[in-house]
Amino acid sequence: MISGGDGPVTTIEVLYFAWLRERIGAGRERIATDAADVRALIAQLRAMDDRHAAAFADVAAVRVALDQDLADLDAPLAGVREVAFFPPMTGG
Amino acid sequence: MGVRVQAEAFDFGAEAAAFGRGLPDVGAIVTFSGIVREDGGTLSEMVIEHYPGMTERALGAIRDEAMARFGLADALVIHRFGPMRPGDQIMMVATAARHRADAFAAAEFLMDYLKSRAPFWKKETRPEGASWVAAKDADEAALGRW
Repeated sequence: MISGGDGPVTTIEVLYFAWLRERIGAGRERIATDAADVRALIAQLRAMDDRHAAAFADVAAVRVALDQDLADLDAPLAGVREVAFFPPMTGG
Repeated sequence: MGVRVQAEAFDFGAEAAAFGRGLPDVGAIVTFSGIVREDGGTLSEMVIEHYPGMTERALGAIRDEAMARFGLADALVIHRFGPMRPGDQIMMVATAARHRADAFAAAEFLMDYLKSRAPFWKKETRPEGASWVAAKDADEAALGRW
């Protein structure tokens, strides 16, 4: 595992939607991580393989929700069980 | 009346009629329905993806905020997901208030927020292929007026 932080290692559920899901080729996966915040988790995911690197090539285009609440990339991951990555939303 | 997230089509007229029934001291009901545009015949299909669980939570929170902010008697949000064709209804909102200003404003508030704060993503199929709809800066800017 590539270290993204100094927190304890936990397993979290990571979800992907829209073009992030397509680039990664899966809608969800379980990730063991010690990332302290969302940016550190993204750094870890980008280093996994080409698909993840492509999905996170432009971090400015990525939005995140922690346990189903919108958050920002600097949000801490302590206690979080589900992280979702997706492009800006287009409802309505 | 709450929020509903569903794949099935809904009957706009029946929903609007049911929404207005039996509401005390209501002088205004506003309804809005969003429809898949054909864009000059170039769009053949739209598929809407969503985040089950978060979608209901986000829509519920947006509805609660509208109820409180505009003193509504009731509010309804229905939003579909899955494949749709031009002319299909994607979603609707209905708001009920004592006066029309609050009912209109609440409907606009609901639309502005569910465009960019509810986890839906649209993918359009055209002759040249399928592509995800990009969010518009104007949609984000629209939140600034509230």
